[in-house]
Amino acid sequence: MDNPDASTDSEVKVTGVLNPDKLKELGYIPSKQRLLKGPVAIFECVEPIPCNVCVFSCPFKAVVMDKITDMPKVDFNKCTGCGLCVAQCPGQAIFIVDYSPKGETGVLTLQYDLTQPPDKGEEVILLDRKGEELGKGRVLKVYKHKRSEAFVVTIEVSKEFLMNARAIKVRR
Amino acid sequence: MLRNRRIESHPILHFQRGKEVTIFFEGTPIKAFEGESLAAALYASGIDVFRWTPKLGRPRGPFCMVGKCGSCMVEVNGVAVRSCITPVREGMNIRRLRGLPTLPKNLDRMIEKENSDNPFEEVKTDVLIVGGGPAGMAASEVLASNGMNVFLVDDQIRLGGQLIKQTHIFFGSQELFAGKRGFRIAEEYEAKLRSLKNLHILLQTTAIGVFKEGVLLLNKGKGLIIKPKYVVLSAGAFENYLLFENNDLPGVMGAGGAQTLMNLYGVLPGREVVVVGSGNVGLIITYQLLQAGAKVKAIVEAAPRIGGWFVHAAKVRRYGVPILLRHTVIAAEGKDRVRAAIISEVDERWEPVKGTEKRIECDTILLAVGLTPNTELVRQFGVKTVYVPELGGLVPVRNKYLETNIPNVFVAGDVAGVEEATTAFIEGWIAAYSILIKEKGPQSQYVKKRNEYIRMLDEYRSSPVSARVRSGLRHVEVGGS
Repeated sequence: MDNPDASTDSEVKVTGVLNPDKLKELGYIPSKQRLLKGPVAIFECVEPIPCNVCVFSCPFKAVVMDKITDMPKVDFNKCTGCGLCVAQCPGQAIFIVDYSPKGETGVLTLQYDLTQPPDKGEEVILLDRKGEELGKGRVLKVYKHKRSEAFVVTIEVSKEFLMNARAIKVRR
Repeated sequence: MLRNRRIESHPILHFQRGKEVTIFFEGTPIKAFEGESLAAALYASGIDVFRWTPKLGRPRGPFCMVGKCGSCMVEVNGVAVRSCITPVREGMNIRRLRGLPTLPKNLDRMIEKENSDNPFEEVKTDVLIVGGGPAGMAASEVLASNGMNVFLVDDQIRLGGQLIKQTHIFFGSQELFAGKRGFRIAEEYEAKLRSLKNLHILLQTTAIGVFKEGVLLLNKGKGLIIKPKYVVLSAGAFENYLLFENNDLPGVMGAGGAQTLMNLYGVLPGREVVVVGSGNVGLIITYQLLQAGAKVKAIVEAAPRIGGWFVHAAKVRRYGVPILLRHTVIAAEGKDRVRAAIISEVDERWEPVKGTEKRIECDTILLAVGLTPNTELVRQFGVKTVYVPELGGLVPVRNKYLETNIPNVFVAGDVAGVEEATTAFIEGWIAAYSILIKEKGPQSQYVKKRNEYIRMLDEYRSSPVSARVRSGLRHVEVGGS
């Protein structure tokens, strides 16, 4: 029980980069049907740290934990993809993906507080989990959350990047 | 030499600088702002060397920024001061210190007092709390709002300990503070404390030592003897050094010191940085440097795995910051300021491997290699300490109510073992309710609250990421009366 490796994936603690297969294993990837239905939260929280901000931030009770040191369990049928958890996650570990729009582009929502936020309509560079540039996206919406003071940025991106784009570079 | 290191744009912080004043650095006028420390003002103007050491004449610059190391000592109007805990004042004359300082001329004021019968003002109080970080603030709030007369002393210019420099959103329980930024939590808590009538907050005040007459405090040069019924020691911890060639060169700084410059005073510690240590402190400071506009060339870590939480590592990896495991810094290059870090691989025994050296150009090397509890005063009180590496060094032995072997002397926060802000708050509350129970008897509202916080603390520490802390606590937590 006291072995720090016991419930912590050791690969992520070597690379600092999550392998998306790991998300599937942990039950963090919704069914294809659910993904196509509309926006939904993808949690990249893979370590049982003492934190329950997502549980309290969800107005639909879609995230549950028995103990504060549990990893979040997400009910994708209750999740509406509203993004309130994204705004408050201290680990910037939650993303909203939306595959429902017809055509090639979907919608990605993430937390941003690295620089001043991008403007609506602005083009931003999409970065993957290693900081490599994937392509570009266009900002659809930006707002500042009151409690966390973080910006929540919603971006139009190619559907092929929805599961890999995990940060943005704002050109200033 | 002079250039502006002030941060003009920040995504989270809005630096409210005080009234502009002029100070004189070896005759040159420098712009500074009321409310900031002298070290921050000098550093902001591009000054790297603050003093030269007595024997070898080696240059030194700010390291800890909280008055613990003496590396930033300068002469102000002929008196040697630690510039990081000295607020700027209009017209100050500053000289870099060459060798040892001379005795301050106003020393005779204190000597004169020695001849009188009652040299220091004496004050009786219910509780003395030493250290105004999360633990001390938490204990102060509970005690003062339950009718106790409390003195809270801290040697810094501002209340809040490390919390005032934390720009990240807090983890933990939303019932407490999670979801808010650290500096906001400090702001809100300070406002709460300022409204409590029987709480006396003394900043820029050092608890000098324990005497028969009481605890001697030095408040901006004025002595005060305080006689408390109870004491809470919550003086926190100081940053560890790392041994490498030229580790005293200006530009080698503690991660916490850099945080003070950057997030409290809005001064960029460096443009190109190498961070040593991948614990949460190293990972968090890296992200904060990116927010402030610096470039982090690499994080180097001697261990074979990242020390801090994955989420913190992921945040910096997404912006391309490399984390070099099994690497360490073996030397700094530069004359009056760091110009490069020489890093090298380490073997199984953590020894540098010859032939693997790499040179990384940078102007700053930040050390995030752990903290050591500030137990000087704890030990002076006669509190038993034991060496527990998992908790950062010598730590006080205590029961689960945080009372030590010296009756009525309590400990809370990092001084009792290096952990983090949320657990420090909880320990402060536990210590405070324990004092209330001792003073007023086991009233159910106090006992209930204390049990609640003890349970909360246990739950926090039940995570695998707290395994080290749990194993360390086994050596220092005894019984429980």
